[in-house]
Amino acid sequence: MTRLTVLLLALLAACALSLVTSQHQARKLFAGLEREQARTKALDVEWGQLQLEARTWALPSRIEKIAHERLGMSAPDPRRVQLLPRDRRPAGEGAR
Amino acid sequence: MKFAESPVLAPPLPSWRARAVLVLVAGALAALGGRAFYLQGLNRDFLQAKGESRYSRVLELPAHRGRILDRNGEALAISTPVKSIWAIPDDVTLARGDLERAAAALDVPRAELRKRLAGADRDFVFLKRQVPPEVADRVASLGIAGVYQSTEYRRYYPGGEATAQLLGFTSVDEKGQEGVELGYEKVLAGHPGTRRVIKDRRGQVVEDLKGSRPAQEGEDLILALDSRIQSIAYGRLRAAVERNRARAGGIVVLDAVTGELLALANLPTYNPNNRNSLSASALRNRAVVDTFEPGSTLKPFSIAAALEAHRVSPRTPIQTAPGTLTIGPATIRDAHPAGELTVAQVLQKSSNVGAAKIALMLRPEYLWSLFEGVGFGHAPELGFPGEANGKVRPYKTWKPIEQATMSYGHGISVSLMQLARAYTIFARDGALLPLSLAKRPAPPAGQPVVAPATARAVRDMLELAVQPGGTGPRAQIMGYRVAGKTGTAHKQENGAYAADKYVSSFVGLAPASNPRLIVAVMIDEPSAGEYYGGSVAAPVFAEVMSGALRLLGVPPDAPMRPIELPSPSAEIRESV
Repeated sequence: MTRLTVLLLALLAACALSLVTSQHQARKLFAGLEREQARTKALDVEWGQLQLEARTWALPSRIEKIAHERLGMSAPDPRRVQLLPRDRRPAGEGAR
Repeated sequence: MKFAESPVLAPPLPSWRARAVLVLVAGALAALGGRAFYLQGLNRDFLQAKGESRYSRVLELPAHRGRILDRNGEALAISTPVKSIWAIPDDVTLARGDLERAAAALDVPRAELRKRLAGADRDFVFLKRQVPPEVADRVASLGIAGVYQSTEYRRYYPGGEATAQLLGFTSVDEKGQEGVELGYEKVLAGHPGTRRVIKDRRGQVVEDLKGSRPAQEGEDLILALDSRIQSIAYGRLRAAVERNRARAGGIVVLDAVTGELLALANLPTYNPNNRNSLSASALRNRAVVDTFEPGSTLKPFSIAAALEAHRVSPRTPIQTAPGTLTIGPATIRDAHPAGELTVAQVLQKSSNVGAAKIALMLRPEYLWSLFEGVGFGHAPELGFPGEANGKVRPYKTWKPIEQATMSYGHGISVSLMQLARAYTIFARDGALLPLSLAKRPAPPAGQPVVAPATARAVRDMLELAVQPGGTGPRAQIMGYRVAGKTGTAHKQENGAYAADKYVSSFVGLAPASNPRLIVAVMIDEPSAGEYYGGSVAAPVFAEVMSGALRLLGVPPDAPMRPIELPSPSAEIRESV
């Protein structure tokens, strides 16, 4: 009788402690989830800002200006452009 | 001694005492049970809510407005968080020098700041909205009590002035106000949600509760626009407007296969990222909301109608001598009397008399139904706010002189977008394409308006019009066959045509063997001497078209020969 009581008492204590632990675990994991979600958001924002920045640097008008003025580039004269038909191999390689 | 043998228990007790105790205890127990049932059974929801309200909080979940992207995924509009600084005036306690420091940090005049903080009748006042995070940090570091910050979103447009009227902009609260931002508000707008949570003593969220509403993020919108072509179109239009000292200008680039809008630019324009000095004129999306009398760019439609009715063939001779045609009290004039011309040459030399004579062979109803068929008088339904319908008067009210002037684009008004769209019938063998602002997965079915043979015949004539001997030789592009038409029209002012104010235009397509693109250019009031569509608008067309064809990798369909331009004296001036 007494042994059974002690056993149940021990079981009860164990259950109680495990409840506390699991609750604590749940809270900790939840806090972790919150942190990660906040990080996702922050990264999202940063991504948007980086996109904006990349876009600003890569504006066609800016690239055109730099190519023209700093690098001295210009579009080739159409007469100097050689077009290769897609379905045939260029001469010299095709004949087999 | 055992308890049961105690002498104290020996005297008998009256039996009612035991019963009284039993009744009392049972009564108390019943009262407790009743109370417990009342609280936990009947009043449970109310009490639970009361309890939760002691520790639960409702958090606002902000929702992004969707991005606007071009067809290649380049961002055209993005929202990014900024801070707004606000205060509760009654709670604000300013130490010495705080006001000065805050004013300096926020870049607001000191008097203005003081006025806002003195507004005793309000318990909430914005000190400054939408400041960059660095400024917000500086204000926060001043540590003024009663001054708070909140996160808001602000829209940025990396394309700046080039895409200003096309994209429009949003209000401070991220509601679309103009352009695509307004037209596609439903798609782009996000809907903020709420979240119910339990917070602990330190203010950290420890648990989610039921009753949360997730935020609905706005959807991204993928436009058909190609930002590289847009950049060329805007740049060249701007250069032409400045060179010709024009009042305004517009350009539209359409994909002739899918009906997608590849570029749309207007001048004057504004910087959507800094809207401090907005003028109503810069805001106008002219190519879509404004109409004008197109002039000779309308002649191909009159001739298409006559071909379709089998009244003429491209080789039918039309007598245009002596260069004037008198109908009632009015006289139609050609700039250069040309004698007898074929129908094809009427278009090539842009003869008003020829076009009028051809149009007068038709019943008014017939010409009218062609104008209706190519979309004049109806908004193109792209999804822009305020698209213009243009004006085509009902054919029953037409007098012969009106029918004659309409044949060369007077007495009828269209928007540049409508004009560009109407030219899809020449690009697509007689079918009118529905336009689209959003990217299309597959080419749509066109609405047949004229027979394929008619459309091809007019396309051939339009090719003649840009060759030496036509009115638009400056629209030629090396390596590609181009088809197009110049237009020069007097502007109407107070109901009469102004003698020295013109609208120059050019609409064309290329490559003529298998059209890929349609470009329409309009320059309003060029005032640097030149005003003919062939010398003002056609060069813009050639620059934009050749750049766009190269970007899209369209194979050339003509030999690479240098462009032949007639000597200035031999250039054909069109009739106005």
